[in-house]
Amino acid sequence: MEYWLPVIYMAVMGLALFIYVILDGYDLGVGMLLPFAEDADKDIMVASIGPFWDANETWIVLGIGVLLIAFPTAHGIILSHLYLPVTIMIMGLILRGVAFDLRVKAGDHRKRLWNRAFFIGSLVASTAQGWMLGAWVTGLQGGLIGLLFGVLIAIALPALYLLLGCGWLVMKTEGPLQSLAVRWARVAIWPMGLGLLLISISTPLVSTVIADKWFSLPNAVLLSPIPIASALCFFWILHVVHGDKLLESRHGWTMFAATVGICVAATLGLAYSVFPEVVIGQLTIWEAASSVDSLLFTLVGVVITLPVILFYTVYVYRVFHGKATGLSYE
Amino acid sequence: MLFDPVVLARIQFAANISFHILFPAITIGLAWLLLYFLWRGVLSKERYWDQIYAFWVKIFALSFAMGVVSGLTMSFQFGTNWPGFMEKAGNVAGPLLGYEVLTAFFLEASFLGIMLFGRGRVSARMHLIATTLVAIGTTLSAFWILSLNSWMHTPAGYSIENGVIMVESWWDIIFNPSFPYRLMHMLVASFLTCAFLIAGVSAWRLLKGVGGPGTRKVLQTGIVVAAVAAPLQILLGDLHGLNTLEHQPAKVAAMEAIWDTQRGAPFTLVAWPDEGTRSNRFAVEIPYAASLILTHSADGEVQGLNDFPGEHPPVAMVFWSFRVMVGLGVLMLLVSWWGCWELLRRREPGRLLLHAVSWMTFSGWVAVLAGWYVTEIGRQPWIVNGVLRVADVAADHTAATVGSTLVGYLLMYVFLLASYIGALRYMALKPAASLGDGKDTGRPVPVLEV
Repeated sequence: MEYWLPVIYMAVMGLALFIYVILDGYDLGVGMLLPFAEDADKDIMVASIGPFWDANETWIVLGIGVLLIAFPTAHGIILSHLYLPVTIMIMGLILRGVAFDLRVKAGDHRKRLWNRAFFIGSLVASTAQGWMLGAWVTGLQGGLIGLLFGVLIAIALPALYLLLGCGWLVMKTEGPLQSLAVRWARVAIWPMGLGLLLISISTPLVSTVIADKWFSLPNAVLLSPIPIASALCFFWILHVVHGDKLLESRHGWTMFAATVGICVAATLGLAYSVFPEVVIGQLTIWEAASSVDSLLFTLVGVVITLPVILFYTVYVYRVFHGKATGLSYE
Repeated sequence: MLFDPVVLARIQFAANISFHILFPAITIGLAWLLLYFLWRGVLSKERYWDQIYAFWVKIFALSFAMGVVSGLTMSFQFGTNWPGFMEKAGNVAGPLLGYEVLTAFFLEASFLGIMLFGRGRVSARMHLIATTLVAIGTTLSAFWILSLNSWMHTPAGYSIENGVIMVESWWDIIFNPSFPYRLMHMLVASFLTCAFLIAGVSAWRLLKGVGGPGTRKVLQTGIVVAAVAAPLQILLGDLHGLNTLEHQPAKVAAMEAIWDTQRGAPFTLVAWPDEGTRSNRFAVEIPYAASLILTHSADGEVQGLNDFPGEHPPVAMVFWSFRVMVGLGVLMLLVSWWGCWELLRRREPGRLLLHAVSWMTFSGWVAVLAGWYVTEIGRQPWIVNGVLRVADVAADHTAATVGSTLVGYLLMYVFLLASYIGALRYMALKPAASLGDGKDTGRPVPVLEV
């Protein structure tokens, strides 16, 4: 029990943050693409994420919540170290969140202002999240390597969000806006791919522990599906965004799916690299864990509610399935 | 003192939590009122109930978004500002916050999409269910948050091992001594806030001549809800006060600015409590009244602040916040009963009443904030009453870091509050006939607009 409970919570936290990256990732991606679209298309773009974003954002609260519930010591250390990027990210998320409503409720003369706030909020939040992830991966140590790594992830993560946003728009829109999304994807794929590649190469160079984990036998063979799968997904996206087939066929969703595939591979790779540490180089999940009583008490809730949450999340996505034609309160 | 990072961190957290509570105070009550509007629309043939729903659901959506983003801030600020709290009280605080997210937050956030935009996509029954689930979610959320907050005031069901708080009984933790009073006081506060919000906005629209047939109905609903909730709230407040006297006597001594333990203590109506001289300047007092209220006996003994040397809250803030809250409560009672009387007596509400009610639009906000200041400042210097001090759990950021982010947050909140009220005003000034009435003109409803 004392071994497995923290592992289970680590998995739940990883799952919540992974779902957050996918779901709010496309929201933030669409937000960052907003200024590049025509005014009429902006409304469609926001309408395509409107019914979902509240729930999407809840996943980061769950992720941080699990960190707090299961690993309170780590929660304190990580968040007080990341004070500045967390504050900046929050401000970005606040701006983005309120812009959803205010861009249509504050009057037409204010719409430009709130469109801009929507964009800036999305950009700031995405970049700050990259910064946070980079700082966490390098063990909150700072220094030159930490900084470079932070910058690298602060570029790669927003680029990934952009790609998710493009994939989402390909699924949810049609006509000129859809073609535009494909063209945006042709650009966004490069910083993402390059960033991911550089991160993958430099991590084992920076950390001998991680290098040993990946390159000793038989691990190297057993783990090879992770980089191979990411490469396949990457080239698939490259293929579809440069072909003409994507928009004509019914396979628009494969671009989004392949981007999700890259996220899955990256998450698994990262999880394998850092396990079992929650503050890298300082604290393992067992050292940081709450008391068994508290973990069990919450686990009951997690086991019951998480499947229900996933069930009604799928239900909501089905209700709003299909091309976004605009939202109304009617 | 002002550049003490702990003080700055407290101001920052207080600013955030003050901004946040404004919006749950609206969404908890408004969700149930929306359900009522929707239900009336289903039962009656009058079209205006749908109009009313369409109008207020937009304000609900805006308030909800404000609540979500400021609530998100809090989930991070627990860690950034009070890391020691999570290290020492995480075994209690973590699961309670976790259950809030799992059972309430996801529920409301997920079904909100269907509640707002799903009317054309799901059946009327499913839409009603979604709205009900959102309402249940907001109330359930209050349940967990108020449970944790109450535990911090009246901790129970725990033990301490190696300086860390351990759980003894979840039942005792969740249903700690002050929880039932605090939860009820907050839920009724939310209804009262919403009652005056909907009545106030409606009265203003009638004064501006932009109201429709539904506007008067909303005014009526608001006044009736307020007339029932106001006396109930005063009763609950009294019960909560007696509970506080039992568990946090230092807070009550600060609320009443009683410096020395005494028999036959007077009730101080107004005064300037002076911590330097430990006395009340310019005091207007009613003899024996404090003893009478608190002990139900004219010469009952009332504990003074001298019993808690160095461990009592700042007096003036608590004293005045309490008076603002109680004063507004009484005013709400008077205005709502006057409104009821006028609505019963004649058919049209008089202009004087409309003016009074529209002036009271945001009175609930002020009362809610004042009430929270009484209870939260009244808990100082403790974060968990009698167990854990605020100063011992703060992060060791520099004053410059906390100060600069504080300025950023404050600017953001002022801007957002102005935008929120501006948007409310803009929506309220749109003539009612065009609200949600796309069917009459035959034109399609524009994107994201009604």
